[in-house]
Amino acid sequence: MNRPLYAILVTLVLLLSWQSIVWLTGVPRYILPSPQRVLETLWSQRNLITEHALITLLEVVLGLILGVLLGVVTAVTIAYSRLARIWLRPMLLISQALPVFALAPLLTLWFGYGLTSKVMMALLIIFFPVTSALFDGLMRTPTAYIDLAKTMGASRWSLMFRIRFPAALPNLASGIRLAAVYAPIGAVIGEWVGSSQGLGYLMLLANGRVKTDLMFASMLVLAALSVGLYFLIDASLRRMLRY
Amino acid sequence: MIRIQGACSVNHQSLFSGLDLTLAKGKWTCLLGSSGVGKSTLLRLLAGLPTGAEFSGVITGAPEHVAYMAQQDLLMPWLNVQENVLLGPRLRGEPGHLERAQALLEQVGLGGFEQRPVSQLSGGQRQRVALARTLMEDRELVLLDEPFGALDARTRSQMQELTADCLYGRTVLLVTHDPAEAARMGESIYLMTAQGVESIPAMQGPPPQAFDKPELLKLQTQLLHRLRGDTLKGGVN
Repeated sequence: MNRPLYAILVTLVLLLSWQSIVWLTGVPRYILPSPQRVLETLWSQRNLITEHALITLLEVVLGLILGVLLGVVTAVTIAYSRLARIWLRPMLLISQALPVFALAPLLTLWFGYGLTSKVMMALLIIFFPVTSALFDGLMRTPTAYIDLAKTMGASRWSLMFRIRFPAALPNLASGIRLAAVYAPIGAVIGEWVGSSQGLGYLMLLANGRVKTDLMFASMLVLAALSVGLYFLIDASLRRMLRY
Repeated sequence: MIRIQGACSVNHQSLFSGLDLTLAKGKWTCLLGSSGVGKSTLLRLLAGLPTGAEFSGVITGAPEHVAYMAQQDLLMPWLNVQENVLLGPRLRGEPGHLERAQALLEQVGLGGFEQRPVSQLSGGQRQRVALARTLMEDRELVLLDEPFGALDARTRSQMQELTADCLYGRTVLLVTHDPAEAARMGESIYLMTAQGVESIPAMQGPPPQAFDKPELLKLQTQLLHRLRGDTLKGGVN
């Protein structure tokens, strides 16, 4: 059986068991709405959900772009310079020891309730995986490549940008794939802590008003958004990196 | 003429000592030895690469820049055939050289392959691209570190012929663990064992020797005996 068909089957089975749990237990719909009800809400509230989803999508995409850029610059810098390595690596580790959740209120305080604080959250959460994946790749260039380049008279600079960096691109690609999964988490955390827009905000709002079906519908859209983003990025990375 | 004299040690353990090796200008010198006796270390010394070993001695006459070809073809997978041939100029930031790259690819029999991704090439074709890249460097001294070791017998013999043809007139040091290859390609042969390095009379004339010459086969057998240490123990079975 091919993969898409398999995925559809798994989804159907999950939906069916969800529906039967609701039927069998008679659980009130503000605790667990049936999938049918969630889909109905998804349709009836489509304008509201789309509006908030677009905000979240924008935060995620901006966070991804900025986070990847910053990660690339940092990884190349610390791979290139020993001095930068000595100074920046401990800072990197410390930044990871602080849970992003704990930073969220601070970021909201500094950057406000708007877009910036969420983009910063997404950026912070993906910065480390991107940096460390690329840095690992840069430090593991096959020695034989470096030897060959040296006999050809390559400078340190051209060794970095013409050998080490392209050789590490597959590592960067795995970092970016991870980032695509993490970035929505960052954005939603940011929205939870303080915002008036976005899917995270909508979920909190719906939850507070016991509109559990709306919450499920938002969650569904968020999941679809993340998965869609991941596959889009994965497919384009594959296209770009044929080797 | 390039001459290397001296000793080499790793962590105060002697790797080789009393070495005296001469590379005649414009000729092929073969360094034959089993794995781990320090052949590659010697080659890396000449190439100016880090060896992880301590060398005390003198190298005279070695040029600053050499061309280097290894057992792995070391083609960069993100570059196409032509870009791989142009790797040296790319790394030094010299633009151009396109026509020369084209000519070299034709010389190694890969005309028309310029834009191919290297992942589509066979092992022999890849080593041809590596040869073209080595020629692109246009150095007087060419260092070959078992460049044909990973190829099948047929491709290997063809590559030996092509390489000899392409490198004609250059000073070549070929490091190999294959007695047949040393016998066929060496205008002078050095045998490197744990006991030291000794010079062994080679075939007359420029390489490659015809591989079915009786004298060549005899030399090859003799080299294998020496490599095994048979003659040192005095018994040849």
